[in-house]
Amino acid sequence: MTLHLGVALSGDSFAADDWIRQVREADEAGLDFVTFDDTFGRHGPDAVQVAARVAPLTRHIGLIPVATTTHTEPFHLSTALATLDWVSRGRAGWQVRVSGDPAEAALLGRRAPLQVDALIAEASDAIEVVRRLWDSWEDDAIISDVATGRYIDREKLHYIDFAGEHFSVKGPSIVPRPPQGQPVVAALAHGPQVWDALDADVFFVTPADADDAARKVRTILPEKKIFADIRVGGHIPTDAATFNGTTLQLADLIQNWWSVSGLDGFRLRVSDISDVSDLVTELRRRGLFQTSRHRTLRDRLGLPVAVNRYQEAGRA
Amino acid sequence: MPKQIILAAHFPGVNNTTVWSDPRAGSQIEFDSFEYLAKTAERGKFDFFFLAEGLRLREQRGLIHDLDVVGRPDTLTVLTALAAVTTHLGLAGTLNATYHEPYELARQLATLDHLSGGRAAWNVVTSPGAFFGENFRRGGFLDHADRYVRAGEFIETARKLWDTDGGEFAIRNSQFDIRGRFGVPRSPQGHPVILQAGDSDGGRELAAKHSDAIFSRHHQLDDARQFYRNIKDRLPAYGRTEDSLKIIPGVSYVLGDSDADAQEKAHHIRRQQVSPQTAILLLEQLWNTDLSGYDAEGPLPDIDPVLDEDDTIIKGRAGMYPDRLATAAEWRARAEAKNLSIRDLIIEVTGRQNFIGTASRIAEQLNEYVQTDACDGFILVSHLTPSGLDDFVDQVVPLLQERGVFRTEYSGTTLRGHLGLA
Ligand SMILES: Cc1cc2nc3c(=O)[nH]c(=O)nc-3n(C[C@H](O)[C@H](O)[C@H](O)COP(=O)(O)O)c2cc1C
Repeated sequence: MTLHLGVALSGDSFAADDWIRQVREADEAGLDFVTFDDTFGRHGPDAVQVAARVAPLTRHIGLIPVATTTHTEPFHLSTALATLDWVSRGRAGWQVRVSGDPAEAALLGRRAPLQVDALIAEASDAIEVVRRLWDSWEDDAIISDVATGRYIDREKLHYIDFAGEHFSVKGPSIVPRPPQGQPVVAALAHGPQVWDALDADVFFVTPADADDAARKVRTILPEKKIFADIRVGGHIPTDAATFNGTTLQLADLIQNWWSVSGLDGFRLRVSDISDVSDLVTELRRRGLFQTSRHRTLRDRLGLPVAVNRYQEAGRA
Repeated sequence: MPKQIILAAHFPGVNNTTVWSDPRAGSQIEFDSFEYLAKTAERGKFDFFFLAEGLRLREQRGLIHDLDVVGRPDTLTVLTALAAVTTHLGLAGTLNATYHEPYELARQLATLDHLSGGRAAWNVVTSPGAFFGENFRRGGFLDHADRYVRAGEFIETARKLWDTDGGEFAIRNSQFDIRGRFGVPRSPQGHPVILQAGDSDGGRELAAKHSDAIFSRHHQLDDARQFYRNIKDRLPAYGRTEDSLKIIPGVSYVLGDSDADAQEKAHHIRRQQVSPQTAILLLEQLWNTDLSGYDAEGPLPDIDPVLDEDDTIIKGRAGMYPDRLATAAEWRARAEAKNLSIRDLIIEVTGRQNFIGTASRIAEQLNEYVQTDACDGFILVSHLTPSGLDDFVDQVVPLLQERGVFRTEYSGTTLRGHLGLA
């Protein structure tokens, strides 16, 4: 078993070339994924679009933009992420984010901010809607049957009929089921308030040390993929452990955490992809990291094939 | 110098124009198809690539419509991906003003403009309320007049956001009350190009006031000339010149080696577009009632259409028949005179191809339309995904170039530049 490795990019450049250079380098280095940070009101481009812009120019790497569930339409989120999966041929993910910031609420002007619990409950509903919409077309819904004149078999399209506190969504999606069936859903999680509440496949956690990492892994459901966030370089304290030191020391730290914690891998928060090129080489040399040959992000991360909930329901 | 023709490529849409039953028909969803058509358009030095949008699958008789192509990608995401595989082609997307919010959409359009080097365009639509609304937080409360109030203030608000150069704003009007920092510096075009596709008086006024171009459905020569005048005459009231608003109808064409060959191909395509099942469904759209018991190869129904515009048989498509009884009478007379079956009649009266003939005939007709002010250019809607424009680019574009009415090279890099807009 080798560890999984991703990087978190948080750049604010509006120049496509800056993103292309970094994600290509990460792609060529064989990393499993990049995440693209985003918030409303920041100086910087829309993250889903940045991921879409680099998708046709990269071949293997998973592309996981942040998209916010507060103030936004779950229907648009679902179709945008499904489309990212189509344009990347099965490499899309989504890092869910909520917004409790009144300044962000004022940008959208739709309603006052909610308390954290309510934001997370709303995010949980949004994930449910997004996932149902992804399944709302069965994979073989398009039949192109000349004899009966039918393009689709409408029995294989499903209304999702979601009704919740903040929104209701009828469905089905306007986008056919994406290549992965279910693109990878991820969330940054500092505690059980998030990892117990959200139906994500991947959690980014922020352990202080190896023991803390092990504790977190023990409390999160075993089928979840758990990545430790480590910030590479920097001095202002943040939520994640910050590492300042040599490449070999960072490789030691990763090796140590990984061997005792049960983590699936690491997400390195970098200011530029070049910060970690030597590290990747060193981890390979130690036999800790190996480039996956899988083509979809789900397969790369060892997630099971996404069974369509409606197809299952139909057979039952 | 003669007027220069604007050309755009419409990705084949979710209606019966698109022929999925042809063995050459490719995927409607895989990125390869989008890339292929965009690259074809760019090879032909087209002004822009165009995507329509519908925020719910169409329904007829309360069931998801299953005879036409269904399903398409999210507009902004696929356009942004196309920026990676093209260099000059404008990227125009249809996005609904009712089911988006100005801060978010203005940010996304400006992001597209940055990431494409100045090639973004937004086709503003306002379509059906309650039906689409069931997929959204907002629900479906906007009636027709309010939709245009919202659309107008949406565009004004977006323009103000684009003018902040990423800085602070505070905007309050009848629809929106928002403030903060926009966060997106001025994009290469400043303002992405705005297109509009509504046809009512409200829609035309919105276009005259706010938009850079109109995607129109007026394509018969006389009707198109009238529409053109009607729109251009509205401009002085807003202090605008005639060439600041381009009128671009959606049109189709069929190319042949001879005119007879083209006619024969056109007939074959029409039969592909109107299967017996589709003929009945299209007839129901006028009759507004279930006609599934009728034989498509038989005569028209002798019952009258149902006049209930609040509960139309087709959902998810803008109203097409303002006077159902008159149209039905016209169709009956025509069918009787020529002894046409339902399918034959539907083939005649719905969506016929606009330009049929040899490459030189088509080039001549397109040019006549533009030089005589029936329009400023065309959005070409082909029936085959993704190869439907190959013959046009290979055969018609060179003839337009020879006549000096279409570019041989891109002279600038932004869509505004291609369209000759300020
Ligand atoms: C040529 C043309 C193309 C249109 N394309 C779309 C579209 O892609 N998506 C959509 O939701 N509405 C579309 N519409 C509908 C218009 O936005 C508008 O809602 C409709 O025409 C009703 O408004 P009106 O009464 O002003 O005509 C289109 C309309 C026209 C004329």
